[in-house]
Amino acid sequence: MAPVLSVRNLTTAFKTDDGWKSVVRDVSFDVNAGETVAIVGESGSGKSVTSLSILGLLDPKRSRVTGDIDLDGRNLLTLSETDMRKIRGNDIAMIFQEPMTSLNPVFTVGRQIGEVLIRHEGMSRAAARQETLRLMERVRIPNAQTRIDEYPHQFSGGMRQRVMIAMALASRPKLLIADEPTTALDVTIQGQILDLIKELQAEQGMAVLFITHDMGVVAEIADRTVVMFRGDCVETGATSQIFAAPRHPYTRALLAAVPRLGSMTGQDWPLRFPKVDMETGAVTPQPAVVGSVAQGGSPVLSVKGLVTRFDVGSDLLGRPTGAVHAVENVSFDLFHGETLSLVGESGCGKSTTGRSVLRLVEPREGDITLDGYDVRHLAPADLQRMRRSGQMIFQDPFSSLNPRMTVGQTVAEPIVKHGLARGGAARARVAELLDQVGLPAAMMDRYPHEFSGGQRQRIAIARVLGLNPKVIVADESVSALDVSIKAQVCNLLMDLQERLKIAYLFISHDMAVVERVSHRIAVMYLGEIVEIGPREAIFGNPQHPYTQKLIAAVPVPDPARRGLRRAASVDELKSPVRPRDYVPAVREWAEVGPGHRVMVA
Amino acid sequence: MTEATVPPRSRSRVWRKLRRSPAALAGLLIVGFFVALAVLAPVLPIADPLATSWTAIRKPPSDIYLLGSDDIGRDVLSRMIWGAQASLMAGVISVAIALFTGVPLGLVAGYFGGWVDIIISRFTDALLAMPFLIMAIALAAFLGPSLTNAMIAIGLSAMPVFIRLTRGQVLAVKTEDYVEGARSVGLGHIDIMSRYILPNIVPPLIVQATLTVATAIIAEASLSFLGLGQQAPAPSWGSMLNVAKNFLTQAPWMAIWPGAAIFLVVIGFNLLGDGLRDALDPREH
Repeated sequence: MAPVLSVRNLTTAFKTDDGWKSVVRDVSFDVNAGETVAIVGESGSGKSVTSLSILGLLDPKRSRVTGDIDLDGRNLLTLSETDMRKIRGNDIAMIFQEPMTSLNPVFTVGRQIGEVLIRHEGMSRAAARQETLRLMERVRIPNAQTRIDEYPHQFSGGMRQRVMIAMALASRPKLLIADEPTTALDVTIQGQILDLIKELQAEQGMAVLFITHDMGVVAEIADRTVVMFRGDCVETGATSQIFAAPRHPYTRALLAAVPRLGSMTGQDWPLRFPKVDMETGAVTPQPAVVGSVAQGGSPVLSVKGLVTRFDVGSDLLGRPTGAVHAVENVSFDLFHGETLSLVGESGCGKSTTGRSVLRLVEPREGDITLDGYDVRHLAPADLQRMRRSGQMIFQDPFSSLNPRMTVGQTVAEPIVKHGLARGGAARARVAELLDQVGLPAAMMDRYPHEFSGGQRQRIAIARVLGLNPKVIVADESVSALDVSIKAQVCNLLMDLQERLKIAYLFISHDMAVVERVSHRIAVMYLGEIVEIGPREAIFGNPQHPYTQKLIAAVPVPDPARRGLRRAASVDELKSPVRPRDYVPAVREWAEVGPGHRVMVA
Repeated sequence: MTEATVPPRSRSRVWRKLRRSPAALAGLLIVGFFVALAVLAPVLPIADPLATSWTAIRKPPSDIYLLGSDDIGRDVLSRMIWGAQASLMAGVISVAIALFTGVPLGLVAGYFGGWVDIIISRFTDALLAMPFLIMAIALAAFLGPSLTNAMIAIGLSAMPVFIRLTRGQVLAVKTEDYVEGARSVGLGHIDIMSRYILPNIVPPLIVQATLTVATAIIAEASLSFLGLGQQAPAPSWGSMLNVAKNFLTQAPWMAIWPGAAIFLVVIGFNLLGDGLRDALDPREH
């Protein structure tokens, strides 16, 4: 049978100031009916440009696409824009990464799905509504009867992605192109969306082209895989074969760099990621971080009964009608040189916890002791001094540095402000700090935009290191980085921990990374810690149902284990918004093992 | 104090980038030309701008009157050059007043939020509810007729737009991680506002400021017309335009020159502002 989509020698070039620059070179692959092909690669590999080229969505003035793109025997590159418009949304449907912005907020969800049916299928309004209901049920949106007349803002991210899928399927496309459709979603929701795409594909027999950076997702969904590296297709083959016996060094490197859940079984200490040479694929294991935690000391950070809420709404008298219970009665200790990870899904309060302990948001209740400071009751001058002990690194390396300050200014600023050094001494210290994070001191006079994401994250780390902090709150600090860079930055954090005995409050949703770097783990759900304990206990013997679900949902980069672990379910994360008179439940805890506690009621 | 230890923004870099942009250079040239005219007015070999002549009423451009003469026989060229002083000052100084009052207020409102924001924003809403020119006229009338008071009146009338604009931009920039990062390393409010927020909201402010220069020059004309700005018979481009509109068909040159001058100055400020915005942004090459 002829493939639905056949791409031959696709080369895409963009016009730059220095002439034409090819960003995708000589890429060829087929997608058959009922088959899922994944294009996988790191940022800059050209995977998204490939999908945009297929759809003809690149600006013809600034780009040049050559080769053959055959959809059911028609070469798309020879079609006019008018003909392409008929193909897009009809024969080829797309879903994109950002479900929060891809729906029109002023129309109901039902109307937006119905629109596609009326436009492409020529249905009447009544028929379109019936079909919309059927589609919403097919993408497993609960209570479709009532939700059809709701607006996008009333849907969660996962549910919106289901709506997007329903819209994509409305025209019964031959080919579905999914560009990172689960990247913005929480891990439990991601699993459900992947399952949904697979089920719908089986029902409808369409071809799926799946673009992703996540090897775990590839293993989960793809029949065949195309690995891209800096614009070239380096390897193509059956997914099982690519995972079992990768031929190209880059594929081997990529697979070696992916953190795998469960790889830490039997390890006593946080383990550095192996050094992977992206050119040769050579893997050099790195030592564990042994004995960074001082035995029997007092905690450097102690949190007792922390409560942080944000008021929402206002009644006639301007009083809030309710509150987001972002953090509810959270307690934990963090010791010198230790990494405690806070894990959970979006909205569980892990970031707010991190910000509360540094008083970047004002907690309502609780006691926080950080390096001897009573954080909640500090005079302004003491609060400034406290800032030297507790620091924060943010998630998005592209927004965490002031674009108008040079790297030197950025790194020097806290040192100078706190009077630790000035003048030439400050400059020398900046050079030393940059060296510590693996950047040449000569970069001091450059601006952040000249650096890659990984380098920027190193700069952010250098900046906070200048104050010799005892505790660093790392809020999803490696989540936005490519796998190879992620490993390097994690290793840097672990090096610094070993050398400087820094304690990390490591906030992350990435269970595989958490397993690698943590001494202890706290699982958060709806503002509360539901389980806390040593890393091997949490992963080896998870007690709370939510912990179990969270671990089970992580896609494993191993196609042989595909789909074995998950029961099909449709969940929405619950909302932590409560009415004003809400009284939080009193919780009971059980001790499962040494230091391993779980909420039982 | 501490600033000395942090390397300062390299002025040579800004200048280097400005020099490389032909548009910005053209803007600089235009603005520089008119500023030079205004400054050199007393020493240039031109006629007395106030001297009237009953024999030369509304003469078209000729050897004697290079740009023509006006309705009471004054030399238009001379009035143009002397008028540049009043018009440029009205444009630049009133915008400066609007910037120096509006930006800090907007900054404070957006940054601190809460009651401060409510008070400043409601005050801004009230001012914006009044038409720009009406407010300028009311203020100028209240302050008394003079060019200085006209500039203050125009500046204060243009201020609410800058408060609004600044506040909105601050709200957007305030949520960036680097601002929270600045708080977490222990920087104070003044540092955060001056080094983290202000530099990042400059581009739309520059654009708004260059556009407001034009509005201010025209507003000065209207005030002069009502006797509240430049006091007759002293010239300004605006007041010249105001008179000229009565003779558009008989003596078009009376309107063309001041009109063209205002147009050119505004273009000049716009080009310069654009160039400055790009030159100040380290991300632009």
